[in-house]
Amino acid sequence: MKQSEHLIYKYLRSSKRFPHIWCPGCGIGILLGALIRAIDDIGYSKDDIVLISGIGCSGRLPTYVDFNTLHTTHGRALTFATGIKLARPSLKVIVVMGDGDATAIGGNHFIHAARRNVDVTTIVINNQTYGMTGGQFSPTTPFGLETSSSPYGNLEHPFDICGLAGEAGATFVARSTVYHARLLEEMIGKALHKEGFSVVEVISHCPTYFGRQIGMESPVEMMKWQRDNAVRVERAKELGEEELRDKIVIGVLVDREASTYHKEYERLRAKSRLEDNAL
Amino acid sequence: MAGCGFYAGYPITPATEIMEQMSRQLPEAGGVFIQMEDELGSLGAVIGASLAGVKSMTATSGPGFSLMQEHISFACMAEVPCVIVNVMRGGPSTGLPTLPSQGDVMQARWGAHGDHPIIVLCPSSVYEFFDLTIKAFNLSERYRTPVILVTDEVIAHTRESVTIPSKEEIIVEDRRKPTVPPEWYTPYEDRETGVPPMPAFGDGYRYHVTGLAHDLHGYPTTRSDEVGPLMTRLFNKISKDFHLLQWFDSYQTTDSLITVIAYGSVARSALRAVREAREKGLKVGLLKLKVLWPFMRRTVTRFLESSTKVVVPEMNMGQLSREVKRVNQGKCEIVTLNKVDGTLISPAEILKNLEDIYP
Repeated sequence: MKQSEHLIYKYLRSSKRFPHIWCPGCGIGILLGALIRAIDDIGYSKDDIVLISGIGCSGRLPTYVDFNTLHTTHGRALTFATGIKLARPSLKVIVVMGDGDATAIGGNHFIHAARRNVDVTTIVINNQTYGMTGGQFSPTTPFGLETSSSPYGNLEHPFDICGLAGEAGATFVARSTVYHARLLEEMIGKALHKEGFSVVEVISHCPTYFGRQIGMESPVEMMKWQRDNAVRVERAKELGEEELRDKIVIGVLVDREASTYHKEYERLRAKSRLEDNAL
Repeated sequence: MAGCGFYAGYPITPATEIMEQMSRQLPEAGGVFIQMEDELGSLGAVIGASLAGVKSMTATSGPGFSLMQEHISFACMAEVPCVIVNVMRGGPSTGLPTLPSQGDVMQARWGAHGDHPIIVLCPSSVYEFFDLTIKAFNLSERYRTPVILVTDEVIAHTRESVTIPSKEEIIVEDRRKPTVPPEWYTPYEDRETGVPPMPAFGDGYRYHVTGLAHDLHGYPTTRSDEVGPLMTRLFNKISKDFHLLQWFDSYQTTDSLITVIAYGSVARSALRAVREAREKGLKVGLLKLKVLWPFMRRTVTRFLESSTKVVVPEMNMGQLSREVKRVNQGKCEIVTLNKVDGTLISPAEILKNLEDIYP
């Protein structure tokens, strides 16, 4: 553990006034730790990393760490990421979004970035609620739940973020929980290594709102729930649909090869020059 | 020629031709073209590319321009240079996609949320479009701010021959980059110009960019002693140079009793109307505005003082004429001539108006 403590100081911004804005017991800090360890393990130069976020609790994550950091608009972080990656392909672009950010207001950008196979690693931290605005239901909130904006129960059914990403064209899709911090680090590492649009969904907990709404006020209780309900993808293959109901399948879900947008663009550029010469 | 290396857009009539040209020309020029999923995404990608150090632009029309407002506001706050073309078509809503309008003059100024400064240029010929596009990039780089080019369907679809100046004759400005070592760099420090130097992501100056109100380091703040100076600087960096943004053409105004103040395609009709009126012996002139925002108070005031009447013909119900009235303060009589039926205001209509009100 001592080593980890040292590591975060290597990446935290000394010029930033702390404390951070996250509530005690929030899962985002665990994600940030895993992300830092994965980045450090690969050994990227800080100058080459662009860390981008949208709006919400997760939106504040880049503020604290010493990379090129960009806090964009709600749901649209991936569009900024697309522009940066295409303008300067040598940069390693990482986007962190929340569940509402990525799949409600940013749902369209999410599926199109996946479809284009832009070489960006996207981390969606899914706490099943809009935490910053006070616990309204999000596209991943369970059906029937009473929340700040569904006092009589949520009428909508949740999105499967990983399924959506995989179907839309992502080349790498994985899921972990913040309880499985080592697995999370491993999944992020694999996603960073992967060329193309890679997605890691991180099941997290919001003790302040979601926890209270489901009758679990302690983050420890919520993390135990993550532990008890997570099923490794290898094990999940052996289980039936009924046994997997309400379970969280964790591990690598999609891993395939496809040419990235900027590589295809390089080819298009060469073609345009040839055609120009031929004219 | 302006140095644009990135274009992101979404098809919309009557601005699509700009995108199609870019899709053909940018790849072979070494730049990047991408067609995005919507206008929100287009301007997001443009801002991203600009942060990565590449001059970037997009083009759209009314409904798409509305979608871009969120990111125009972001670019103002985060001080990211970019150029947005809005080819105005009839509105509101889907309105008249193929017909001209000047209905977005106020949207260009006030469409984005939050109080903010903005620069809006308006060409009225193909050459001016060429010239003002280069100037738009220069201004956006100089002030680190979004610059909007508004024009209308008629100008955007006009074909006329132009003489392109040689590269040597064209002035191209690039954003100032920091010269200090990264550890000395304070991203949002107020300098003499009010415009902090801007490194590209990847240059070794790792800093934070946000749409939140921020301190000198770029970190979020709600402290009034930090937010106040930031907002003041954002306004001052442009307002201190208002006197430099007085771009106009005047025609026959030295002895004009009536001056027509016009912009865009209407300025072309107005020029013809003024010529014909002069042939009839009427002392009338034309002031053609090339900058709509910040409103050219100095220039317009000069003409308000020298004329007895001013006519403001516009393809809207009176948007820029409000500004003319605001700065007039009783100096002369302001006459408006408005049209919102999708047709251009003709020279004959302006001429008739001039004859009717001639003192």
